Amino acid sequence: MNQYWIAVIGTSAIAFALKYSGHSVPEKWLSHPRIQRVNALIPIALLSALVAAQTFTSESKLMIDHRLLGLSVAIIALLLKAPFPIVVLSAALSSALLYNFSI
Amino acid sequence: MNSATLRDSLSVSLTVGAYGVAFGAAAVANGFTVLQSCLLSLLTFSGASQFAVVGVLGAGGTALSGIATASLLGIRNGLYGVIIAPRLKVKGFKRIVAAQITIDESTGVALGQEVRSPEAMRQGFWLTGIGVFIFWNLFTLAGALGAQAMGDIRAWGLDSAVPAAFLGLVWPRLKTNSDRALAIGCAVFAVAMTPILPAGLPIIATAFIAVAVGLRK
Repeated sequence: MNQYWIAVIGTSAIAFALKYSGHSVPEKWLSHPRIQRVNALIPIALLSALVAAQTFTSESKLMIDHRLLGLSVAIIALLLKAPFPIVVLSAALSSALLYNFSI
Repeated sequence: MNSATLRDSLSVSLTVGAYGVAFGAAAVANGFTVLQSCLLSLLTFSGASQFAVVGVLGAGGTALSGIATASLLGIRNGLYGVIIAPRLKVKGFKRIVAAQITIDESTGVALGQEVRSPEAMRQGFWLTGIGVFIFWNLFTLAGALGAQAMGDIRAWGLDSAVPAAFLGLVWPRLKTNSDRALAIGCAVFAVAMTPILPAGLPIIATAFIAVAVGLRK
């Protein structure tokens, strides 16, 4: 078995084990009010981090590029209370325009 | 079925699924066979982990270093499981399926629906998880088979569509000034730590900021 097959099988096995173990944490561990409050804050933290990391970084480097325009357009759309698909599409469109015309 | 939930789920499924083209193309370009590329999408089913293992082996890394990097990025799916499981309440085979589709997008959409109803939250999880799974795998096959013409996702704006989607999901959850402060703090932290910490850690580390803030209040 070569390195590629070992990588495919190993990565897949650990990926599933991580996902399944998360689902198997007993619920009573999570019923305390403080834990509930933390549980409500975690998505805010992770989603915000994902937004920023996917906009301002590329392969572990900081980078400001066409994605900043996409994100700015998304923020404007959200401030104007646009529906979700409009937010996503307007970000994609503005970003693609800047990318294609700045090469 | 809540039509707003369906709309959110489908738009995320399609946009994110389309990234599969780039993955399929990248995997084959880095020496993986079409079968291996498709198996990674079916079995690993976690974009960041998949790109990581392909990148490491393509750069001449060993299987072990590829697996380690991919697994580091996969830790956050475990945390998502902890968050999602008490909201889904499923057992047996359904739990296995739920675990496999517990990723950034299904968790993000599910939590974004929570302001609507617990039922919308569950629908958002299943629709997005299964939707992304279907599109991600189909597009992986397309990309691996040589659809490299569309391989540059940036030309299609997909690299901005995904953060915009995450922003749209976190937006309704930012109700108080302290929520907004947490969001901005975590965003700055994740970006600032990216060049310093190993890949995947800056994002997962922000969960601990949320824990610290939540326990202190």
